[in-house]
Amino acid sequence: MNTKIAIQNLNAYYGKEQALKGIEAQIPAGGITVIVGPSGCGKSTLLRCLNRLLEETNGVRVTGQVLLDGEDIYARKADVTEVRTRVGLLAPKPFPLPMSIYDNVSYGRRIHGLEKLERRNGRSLDRKVEQYLRAAGLWDEVKDRLHDPASGLSTGQQQRLCLARALAVEPEVLLCDEPTSALDPISAQRIEEQLKLLSAETTVVIVSHSLRQARRLADHIIFLWMGNLVESGPSAQMFSAPRDERTRAYLYGDIG
Amino acid sequence: MGSTEINRCLSLFISGKKNYIALMKEETLIRPRTHGQRWRLPLPKFGRKRQDQVAGRLMGALTLTAALLAPLMALALLLRALPILRVTPLTDLLTGQDWAPLKGLFGFSPFIVGTFWVTGVGMLIAVPPSLLTAIFLAEYARPRLRSLLIPLIDLLAGIPSVVYGIWGILTIVPFIEKVAAPWASRWLGVLPLFRSENPTGYSVLAGGMVLAVMVFPIIISVAEDVIRAVPQGLREASLALGATRWQTIWHVVLKRAGAGVLAAIVLGFSRAFGETMAVLMVVGNVAKVPNSIFDPAYPLTALIANNYGEMMSIPLYDAALLCAALILLLLVLAFNIASRWVLTRLVRYE
Repeated sequence: MNTKIAIQNLNAYYGKEQALKGIEAQIPAGGITVIVGPSGCGKSTLLRCLNRLLEETNGVRVTGQVLLDGEDIYARKADVTEVRTRVGLLAPKPFPLPMSIYDNVSYGRRIHGLEKLERRNGRSLDRKVEQYLRAAGLWDEVKDRLHDPASGLSTGQQQRLCLARALAVEPEVLLCDEPTSALDPISAQRIEEQLKLLSAETTVVIVSHSLRQARRLADHIIFLWMGNLVESGPSAQMFSAPRDERTRAYLYGDIG
Repeated sequence: MGSTEINRCLSLFISGKKNYIALMKEETLIRPRTHGQRWRLPLPKFGRKRQDQVAGRLMGALTLTAALLAPLMALALLLRALPILRVTPLTDLLTGQDWAPLKGLFGFSPFIVGTFWVTGVGMLIAVPPSLLTAIFLAEYARPRLRSLLIPLIDLLAGIPSVVYGIWGILTIVPFIEKVAAPWASRWLGVLPLFRSENPTGYSVLAGGMVLAVMVFPIIISVAEDVIRAVPQGLREASLALGATRWQTIWHVVLKRAGAGVLAAIVLGFSRAFGETMAVLMVVGNVAKVPNSIFDPAYPLTALIANNYGEMMSIPLYDAALLCAALILLLLVLAFNIASRWVLTRLVRYE
């Protein structure tokens, strides 16, 4: 099993309050890793450490190492924009950028200067936009109104648009922070299907407060409890034979 | 910032409330207390339905009075301006170049053009640095630095305009006379806009610079509020794609805040357009259309303030000045209507 991300002695503080306490975990390359645990246990904090988005919040301090393909993304010489390009994020609520559907998908490619390369080979940006809208399962619904404002889409469509937008920069890892929590069951199911398909090529890390969702999607589970990592391992083993008492209690609904 | 907030902001501002932002915040923050002993208005005790009715009518009447003030003022100005409008057609007044009250020549063109020159130069100087300052405060400054800097900048808004005028005479005017004008004629003299012959320093540029400093705090604080109101999730959406801070600000934050930023500029413009005292002290007050930023100008506001009450024995002089006031009022009104129209459209297509 190849390790894509290795988390070593990771601590995160909001002011004086410590939200993550010495996390040690491995996220295997490919497949879906689901981070579970009761609310307030640091799931989202951990996730947002993995693309260094946490440091955009005021008063946050992070110590420790996160190795992406063996290189520490918190190293002094690490380029934060490159880290975030390689590690994409799908937020819990959709935030379409204030521009058209087409521009939302092409935004990442444009800011990275990929567009100029693509201009030379004709209409390939159009093809990319189509490709990623299809990958997010949104193409058929928006193909006739690509240049309408993205804010006109429904919430479920907006979330799939955000997925397409994240995919368009071709990340190696896709982080999803409760990606279906704001959605109706049908939209949620669609997002889950797309994530399953994606996990064939991309490493997907999902934060979920739903054990059912974890059961459906996870190849690998990380269980957090009050800022501590309790246990992690292959999904089948975690659900059938948890090693830690707290995991067992959580799985059977006694805590959380 | 939706169109209603922008409109509130505009109307609070136009009504002359200096701390319109604080007022807006109060309106949203103050909630009636529901615990403890309630304080009652010492009203005569008649039935509470009657009380409700009286209160409603009283407040309605007050609101109506306030709403009618501006139209009534315009009407009064129009009536007082009628004598001159009967003698000279409005188009002649607006395009007339000569101002010679003793000969009965009342051409407003130099004053109208002068108003636009001074306001325009002031806004050109004020807008870029104030927007960059607002962006710095909202996006780059840490909370502690921000809470230190904003009160300092807001201080500028509280300085009386006559003080700005004196500052202009003592600092800006000599600077233009001794440094800016000679330098500009030597290096940029090929352009008529920067040419100057025998400058005194009392000029369009001096008026514009003083106005710019007066307008800074307005544009900065409104724009900063608007930019900070952009949801953090939107910034993170852009940053999470590997965008730099500046790309995020330029492509996402400013795009989302665009209408509000424009409203900030509009507020600044309205303030600059009607400003009288500070401008008339430094602008030179020569009734001629300026050709260069170093030429003196004579804005409408200065014309009225300098002359009303003097030489009133000259026929039609009184009517001419009130006609100037009416023109000023209509220009501000037209500008406000136009900007609101643009703003509501911008908000709709956001």
